Parts: sequence; C-alpha cells; structure tokens
Amino acid sequence: MSTVVNDTKIPNNVDLSSDKRLQRALEAWQPNFLSWWNEMGPFGFQKDDIFLRTAISVTSEGWAHFDYVKMPDYRWGIFLADPVADRKIGFGDHYGEPVWKEVPGEHRNALRRIIVTQGDTEPASVEQQRLLGHSCPSVYDLRNLFQVNVEEGRHLWAMVYLLHTYFGRDGREEADALLQRRSGDPDKPRILGAFNEPCTDWLSFFMFTFFTDRDGKFQLLALAESAFDPLSRTTRFMLTEEAHHMFVGETGVLRVVDRTAQQMAEKKWGSVEQVRAAGLIDLPTMQKYLNLWYTLSLDLFGGEISSNAATYFATGMKGRAKEDQFEDHKALEGSYAMEVVKDGKIVREDIAMRNAMNEVLRDAYVEDCQRGVDKWNRTIAAHGIPFELKLPSRRFHRHIGIYAGIHFDPAGNPLTAEQWESKKNEWLPSDADKQYVQSLMQKPVFDPKQMANWIAAPKQGIKGRTVDFEYVRREA
Amino acid sequence: MAETNTSHEPVRFETHPDRYVHWKLDFPAEHGGKVARLMMDVKEDRGMRPGYPLKLNSYDLGVDVELADALQRIRFEHPEVRALVITSAKDRIFCSGANIYMLGSSTHGFKVNFCKFTNETRLYLEEMSAESGIPSLASLNGTASGGGYELAIACDDIVLADDGSSAVSFPEAPLLAVLPGTGGLTRLVDKRKIRRDLADAFSTIAEGVRGKRSVEWGLVDEAPPKAKLEEVTKRRIGALVDRSTRKAFPAVKLPALEVKRSGEEPSADKQEIEYQYVTLELSPKQRTARLVVRAPSSKQPETPEELAKAGASAWAIQAFRELDDALLELRFNQPLIGVVSVETAGDAAAVLAVDAMLAKHADDGLVREVTLLMKRVLKRMDLTAKSFFALVTPGSCFAGSLLELALASDRIYMKDTEDEPVTVAASRMNAGSFPMANGLSRLQTRFLKEPERVSRVLEQGALTTPEAVKAGLVTFAPDDIDWDDEIRIAFEERAAMSPDAMTGMEASLRFAGPETMETKIFGRLSAWQNWIFQRPNAVGERGALTLYGKPERPEFNWQRT
Repeated sequence: MSTVVNDTKIPNNVDLSSDKRLQRALEAWQPNFLSWWNEMGPFGFQKDDIFLRTAISVTSEGWAHFDYVKMPDYRWGIFLADPVADRKIGFGDHYGEPVWKEVPGEHRNALRRIIVTQGDTEPASVEQQRLLGHSCPSVYDLRNLFQVNVEEGRHLWAMVYLLHTYFGRDGREEADALLQRRSGDPDKPRILGAFNEPCTDWLSFFMFTFFTDRDGKFQLLALAESAFDPLSRTTRFMLTEEAHHMFVGETGVLRVVDRTAQQMAEKKWGSVEQVRAAGLIDLPTMQKYLNLWYTLSLDLFGGEISSNAATYFATGMKGRAKEDQFEDHKALEGSYAMEVVKDGKIVREDIAMRNAMNEVLRDAYVEDCQRGVDKWNRTIAAHGIPFELKLPSRRFHRHIGIYAGIHFDPAGNPLTAEQWESKKNEWLPSDADKQYVQSLMQKPVFDPKQMANWIAAPKQGIKGRTVDFEYVRREA
Repeated sequence: MAETNTSHEPVRFETHPDRYVHWKLDFPAEHGGKVARLMMDVKEDRGMRPGYPLKLNSYDLGVDVELADALQRIRFEHPEVRALVITSAKDRIFCSGANIYMLGSSTHGFKVNFCKFTNETRLYLEEMSAESGIPSLASLNGTASGGGYELAIACDDIVLADDGSSAVSFPEAPLLAVLPGTGGLTRLVDKRKIRRDLADAFSTIAEGVRGKRSVEWGLVDEAPPKAKLEEVTKRRIGALVDRSTRKAFPAVKLPALEVKRSGEEPSADKQEIEYQYVTLELSPKQRTARLVVRAPSSKQPETPEELAKAGASAWAIQAFRELDDALLELRFNQPLIGVVSVETAGDAAAVLAVDAMLAKHADDGLVREVTLLMKRVLKRMDLTAKSFFALVTPGSCFAGSLLELALASDRIYMKDTEDEPVTVAASRMNAGSFPMANGLSRLQTRFLKEPERVSRVLEQGALTTPEAVKAGLVTFAPDDIDWDDEIRIAFEERAAMSPDAMTGMEASLRFAGPETMETKIFGRLSAWQNWIFQRPNAVGERGALTLYGKPERPEFNWQRT
C-alpha cells in the first residue's frame, strides 16, 4: 500500500517529495488555487469552522478524518487508489495488454482533453453554488454543501496532478486555465453547458447533486477503466468521495418531497395553490426541476453517435462503467439499436457499438437515476398521495446530440416549435416557478435546532452526530 | 474507401441570395451599407447529396457554391461595399471545414474538383481584397477547424473570440491522415509568414490553438474576450473600410443565365448545352466535347456608362459568365470527357472593339470588375483537367480576349487555307489584363525563352496562318486537305491516353515561369493532397479517412518515401 504523507504542504500518497520538479510546480499552482477558492468559493463562510471530512488515506476503512476546519485551511491532497498488480487493459484494441504507466505520445492530446474536460467540471460546480450558503435550509445542509464544495476542489487537485505530472508545459497551461474559466461567464465559460447554468436555489442544488454529479460518477466509472493507469487510480479514489454527493442530492430531494407529501396528506390538500400557500414546494414544480436538471445532465454524456467515443474506447482511453460486467470487451461486432429521427419520425437504426459508447454510458446513468426516483415515489406513496415523479424521455429538452434542435414533449413525441413554446412552461420551471422557489429561500437558517419550512429534517446526522449538531460554527 | 459509381444529380451553380440555404448575406446598417456581412449557418439536413448531415457548420459543394455566388454579387451588385466580414450564425462554432463523410462518400474526381472549386473561391476572396478594394475580415465567434480556418486565413484579418475553448486548428493530418485541402498549409507560411516550426506544431495538434497563443503564433490577428468580439470586429472592419480603394459605379444585377439543354437522355449520341454566346456540345462515346464561344453580334457599350446600362447582358459579362458555367459543367458533370475543342465564331472586330473599350477605361470601377471576371474565368480554364485543343478556322474570332482561350489551350491548330481568311489577333487586353496564376500573361508564359516575341505579337495586329506560325502562336497548321483527318486523329489519339497522365502532364506544362502562392496552392493540391487522398493510409481499408467515425482504428503502413 502507498505511503501517505500528510505533514507537507500538499498531503499525498504519490511520494511527491521525491519528484522535486513536480513538487515545485504543484506548490506554485497551490497559491493560485487558494486565491481562486477565496474569490470563487463559498461566499461569506471562509472564516467559519465547518465540520468536514478530509481524505487522509485510500484504505477503505478510515480513509477520512472528520473535524472542524476553516475551508481555506482544508488539506486538499493528492490521493490515488492503490495500484492493482499486473493490471491489464480491460477493453478496446489493446485488450489484455499491460496498462500504461506513462502517456503514449499518440494519445497525449486526446487524454489531456478528457482530463481537462473532467477537471473543468470540478471548480465549475463550486462557482455555481457559491452563493447558496446564504439561503441554506439548515446548518446540516450548509455543512453538506461545503463538504461537496471542498471535495470538488480536491477533485480539481486530482486532475491537476495528472496534468502537471504527465502533460508537460501544455498540462501546466491547462491547469492554469482551469482556474481562469468561470461558470456562466460568456467570455470564458466552463467547457460543458450544464456547468454554466445558474444554480441559485437549494432545490436546484439538490437536483444538481443528484443528476449532474451522477453524470460525474459515470464519467469517473468509465475513466476508472482507462488504460492510462494514473487516471484509473485517480478516478477510482474520487468515486469514494463522489458517493456522498449523490447522497446529498438523493436525500435532499427526498426530504423536500417527504415534507410536501406529508403535509398534503395531513392537511388533505389537493391543489398546488394550497401547497404553495403553506410555503412548500408543490410536486408538479418538483417534476419541472427534475425535467430541467435531468436533461441538462443527459447532454453531458455527449452525442449519441460519436466518433470520439469510438476512438476513446478503441484506444483504451475511456471504457464503459464496470467494464468487467460486459462479455465482449472489444465491442467490434455488436450494434446498438438507436432511436434516431428521420424526416420527423423516430426510427430504429443499428449503430456500431463503439460509436454508441456515450449512449451505453447514458443507459447506465438513466437506470441509476430511476432507482433514486423510485425511492422518492415510494415516499410520496407512503403518504398516500397519488403523484408520481417521472424521468422524461431522453429526447426531451436536449441541446447536444441527435435530438438537439428538435422539440419533443416529455413522453418523447415530436412537437412543432409553436407547440413547444406554448407548452414549455408546463414542463420546465417558468420564471414564476423560479421566483416562487427562491421566495421560500430568502433567509438562511443558522440555528442548528431549526429546519426550513419547505424541507423535512434528515433521518440522521453526520458521522454519529445528531441532526441538530453545530456543523457550522459561525464566526462571532 | 470504396468509391461510389452511382451517377448523381448534375451539379448546378446558379443560385441567388434569396435562395441561399446556408448563408445569410446582409449589409448591416451600422456601417452605412459599406460592409457586406456573410453569416454561415449551414443547414444540417440540406446537404447537396444525401447521406451526410452537415453538422457544426461543415460544408459541401452546395455551401461553397453559395459563397462563390455571394462574392460575385458583392462585386457587381453592391459597388457601395468597401469591406467584407465573414462570421457564423452558430453559437461557439465558426466552421468545422469540409464534411468528412461527404468526402468519404465521394469519388476521387469529385473530391479533386470540390477542392479545386473551394480553392478558387478562397482565391477570389483574396483577389477581392487585392484588386477590387474589398478587404475581408474573419470574425471567429467559435472554433474554426480545417477548412473553417482555411476560409479564415483567406481573409485579410482574423479575430478569434478568446473564451477558453474556441480554437483555430488543422486536424486533417493527425485525425484523418490527409492534408488541409484548401491552401491552408501554404498560406500559413507564405501568406501569414508563420515560422515553419510553429506551423508544423500547429498542423499536428488536432484540437488546435486558442487565445493568446494563437495570436503569439500569428495564426490570428487578435483574440479578444468573447464579450469584446463584436466591438473589436467593428473597429477592425472600420479600419478595412478606411483603407478600401474601391471605385464607385452603378450596380449591375446578375440575373440567372438562360440555358437550353438537350440530349440528356443516356441513349443520346450528342448532348448540347446552349447559352446565348456559348455552346457546349458533348460526345460522350468519343469522350470529346466542343466548346464554342461566339463574338458579340449586337452593338456593345462604348463607354462605362453604356456598360452600366447594358449591365449583365453586355457581351463581356454574359459570355464569360456563360463560359464559367460551361467549364464547371465540364468539371463536375462530365467526368468522362477527355478532350475539348475550343472554338470561336463571329466577328473578330466586334471582340476587339469590346477590348478597346475595356482597355481605354481600365480605371473605371465597373470596367475593372468586368476585366477581373474575365480573368477569373480564364484562370478557371487553366485549372480545368481536360485537354483543350483550340481550333482556329475560317469564321473563328480568336482575337484579343478570345485569343486568351487559344493561349489557355494545350495546343492550337490553325487551318492553313487561302480560300477563306483565317486570322488571329492580339489586343491591348493580351498585354497583362488577364494574368495567370503565375502572375504572367499567357503570352509571357508562352514565350519565356524569347520574351521579345510578346511585344511583336501585341504590335502586329491580325495574323494569317503562316504569320501566326512564325510568331509562335500555332502548334500545327494542317492545310484544308489534311485538316479533317488531322483533327480527327489528334482527338482520337488524345482521348485514348491515360486521363491521369494527361491531367498531370497538362498541369505541369501549363504553368511555366515563377511560382506564386497560387501556383503553390494548386501544385501542392494536385501533387501532395491528391496523392495522399489515394494512399492506403488515408483511404485504404484500414485508412484513417475510411475509418473516421467508424469503431475501428486506422492502421498505417509505416514506410516513408
């Protein structure tokens, strides 16, 4: 097992001190990261003590340490999962060959692109969420927000480590550029669309962590299969942390749904107006937020038919989630029955499997999302409320891929532009919906004993603490 | 990759801004109409042929035909325009170049002709700046890759939005194992004078170069933040307007050409395409064609004012527009035709009168545009891969500007007969009004060894067959007894030779004299790009172009020549 060094400037298990050049480069990047964090990280909480977990090793038991820390003092470190002895490439043209310890020259640019694209999402989400603390529904949730934020920061470190270590001057420039792009800034936007969408209310935050961070999970699963072993090891460890982010999203939405459904049952409300009059988020509005963030996140998987995806798979750069569950690791023979649009009609077309790899990953994602939605629906049903949240068709509201530029309803039926315009506010949050949701979140709840009206309390606290534990100690 | 042998719908080059599918041509009010703006907005599902969606502002011939049409119309129909800006209506993408799947599904001949046409259009853009006083700016609101950057680099100025992701790139070599086919490599080092080592690095980085570095390397002139792009574009276009040397003249509308086609059914022995001043007669079985250009038969304008009044119906405009269309017909729709007889008919004096007017008023804005049009059409002929044999016979009128058709031909046959007069004659227009790609006139190129012959031909007036032979204008001069047989045999012999060998041989012989950026572009297109386009590493079963977008990876034969 690799040795963890925690007493240096940069905690790591990659023996950083033995590579002076790399150590210097990363130590030079560190102040830039910190000034980015201070400028673009959570606004107004940098001096508070937050009860956070910090990665300190990569063993499955006790990999994290929980304690109060001020966020700028957080020990962002570099941790790679332990190497697998004699690991072999698990898919593509090089199936069965030893994995790469260094970047092959011919794949340098493409691998760099993959890492930069992944890396860019990490600081982007921190930027998207930087004002949320000021409308938090509870101290418990506030802490969870910051936990997600600091760990996205650590994931940025993980990608920057790869860029600095394996990609020379270009890698260092890209690492700098990761700190220069800004979410939603038209001049220097983040690379992917969903990461430029504003995330200014907590319902969006929960939806984001459920849907958008789940895209991250599946990208990391696919990269964990990579023939480039340092990328595989890095992403495998990132997945450990990412699980908490999914948890925050899943339980966050669940608690909102729970609160609304419970009150609806108790007060015997049937209408949206009644729910809203009580300052709760009605279920149809939940459905609209779900529709929005789910579809923005579907776009992140890229085009349904993609030559890049085929190349990444063929070369061994990026595999499928849990590749060992597949039988054919070369994927040269099979085809994927894709629903494509021809002359305004949906028809099935056989696409070479490798070119459909984005869709294969999207399939796994959709299935995973459905599991969470089912849980939410069980909660609604438990209160006896006849309402079901649904994942819309993956053709609905898409901006990337074969369905982009064509309008569909949530069931996947094609629409004219006029039909879309007249109906879209029934399916996606309207300005009025957004205003309503934000109106519920005007004031933060900083008293550990309290919970905002629109959300149920969690079942349990963090790391054995009670729900009303003082997870955030506000600066006096 | 496998070439498809299915015959396609013939390509037509006639279009109009009202019918553009992929471009929007407008004249923004903020520049008082002095600036033409071309916005690329390629419609994915409106490719010229089925089978390849034109994603991300990628283009096929149909897109470029509209661009070429727009440039021609800006010249003639919008004399008030003093600068051109090319941009894209799509978010975050300027243009991603020629569509790969279109190239993949095209025959070799079509690919070559596609590249040739797009190259000509890029050169027209540069000619507009150099000769017509309409400089151009490429305003890149997103990535310009491959042919997209080649379009930008044909403009005088390039501005690239620096948004952290928009790049300029030549991904052809690293991704497809071919070369940028529209003069990109030549323009990097010859036009923008980018250091060869940086050009080398640039041309192998598939994702290209962004922001500050693209300016440092000289790939673009300025890379402002995205929010400033509009402002910078406006400032730079203002500077281009200020430096414009365009001369005012009354607008000339370019109506659609009238053309009659007959014998298009496959069983027909002869096919005829008939314009007012031009006839193209095709004999598919013999693989030959006749291209006949007629002299003006009605009174032609004698002053620029009359020329403006006559507009596109003036012989100098109409005959050469028709000739241009006929040449494109030969290139794109008649791949099996090998040898073309170049003929003229009518009154040589009428041609010389037009030439005299053009020469006398060379400083007039419209006259200048007409002369440039004729020049471009003649260049199109130089670059057409058919064997051209000019036939000078009684009743022909190879005089002045029409003499250029003979000089552009691979051979000149002149009938030696005393029964009827047969002459050729030069005019002042042969003295440099129609330079070839090498920068020389056709007479200068012809007489590289004895330059004094050029002025002799220019001074001598009409030349009979013996005089023309002596002057060095004639390849063979059969008498009227031998003529028919000689010509028949010459055509049969030529039509039997390897079309590849003839294409290469003619292209090697036509452009003697100095190299220019233009000759380099076409030379390298023919030599390198077309060679690479045929090689297994690109188009073999395991070639990169063949496998692009397919699940398999290319395999190269690693031997270098």
